[in-house]
Amino acid sequence: MSFISQMIGPLIASLLCIAALRQDTDIYSALTEGAKKGLHVLWDILPALLALFPAIYLFRASGLPELLEGLLAPILAFLGIPGETSLLVLLRPISGSASLAAAAEIIQQHGPDSLVGRTAAVMSGASETSLYVAALYFSAAGLKDSRWAIPAALCADLACFVASSWICRVLWG
Amino acid sequence: MMTYVLCMLYCISTICAFIFGRTAQAGQALMEGAQAAISFAISIGGAICLWSGICELMERCGAAAILSRLLRRPLKKLFPQSSESPETMAALSENVSANILGLGNAATPAGIRAAKAMAKRGSRDELCMLVVLNTASIQLIPSTIAAVRQAAGAQAAFDIIPAVWFSSLVSLAVALGAANLLRRLWS
Repeated sequence: MSFISQMIGPLIASLLCIAALRQDTDIYSALTEGAKKGLHVLWDILPALLALFPAIYLFRASGLPELLEGLLAPILAFLGIPGETSLLVLLRPISGSASLAAAAEIIQQHGPDSLVGRTAAVMSGASETSLYVAALYFSAAGLKDSRWAIPAALCADLACFVASSWICRVLWG
Repeated sequence: MMTYVLCMLYCISTICAFIFGRTAQAGQALMEGAQAAISFAISIGGAICLWSGICELMERCGAAAILSRLLRRPLKKLFPQSSESPETMAALSENVSANILGLGNAATPAGIRAAKAMAKRGSRDELCMLVVLNTASIQLIPSTIAAVRQAAGAQAAFDIIPAVWFSSLVSLAVALGAANLLRRLWS
């Protein structure tokens, strides 16, 4: 299993190259065009990161995380979610860039191969910015009443956090 | 929404820093954070651009089109009312397949097209289902968070993939279960 996850990038890239060759797609221009779009994405999220990183660092330095972890500890322990990820869990449904900044801070602080670092990565990779997505779709559709969409989405997010913590504990704990 | 998040983070943290006597660290943290934002963006930049290139190649090779054809049948079961309109169904399967492949800039426009069509027909439960499907992340390759792990010096950035798939499937199952339950409770 491990060699698949190590080789996933090269495998996908070469499979796509073969597929592109068979269809006469210009691989070079696709890769450079994509990289250009990637730079635009980076440029677009940079201001958000500049607003959020200082806030997250301030939060981390203020001693508030220990307080928050202490308050949430009984609930998080019951759900099996590591206390260090409490800010990530709270921000994940609200804002993509805030939760990216929170996850990056956890991963840098605890190390990417630590249990907490892996749990934070799996939580971010397996969930979405639910409240933002719901707001986007309902406003695009011109409806104000979102009915049961948000409770259902939040249930799924909670399940995702619990499942991520559990699977990381089983695989790497 | 972001106003409240930022206001809470800044104000409560500042008060806490006073209470806990962490004023020296807090003062430094702001500057450090701003510096960290720039170095973070640069450190994940290469991987983001590479992956964005691969996504573009995926789109041009028609991987999304093949996947969306495969998804037609299961989606018809989930969205019986919308399946009567071929255009809605096309937008819907394009949205879901782009989400699975991680093609963010293709997923949102297709999803919004589908959402508008559903709102027009008055199938509000199906619109909720579309939103729930989009909030349960079903991305096959978590490329952004892998770039973050890579930048932090991970041994194998993608080795979390089996765990991510497991959590995604659990959250998708709970999303569909909750959708079915809540739909009955609501009406």
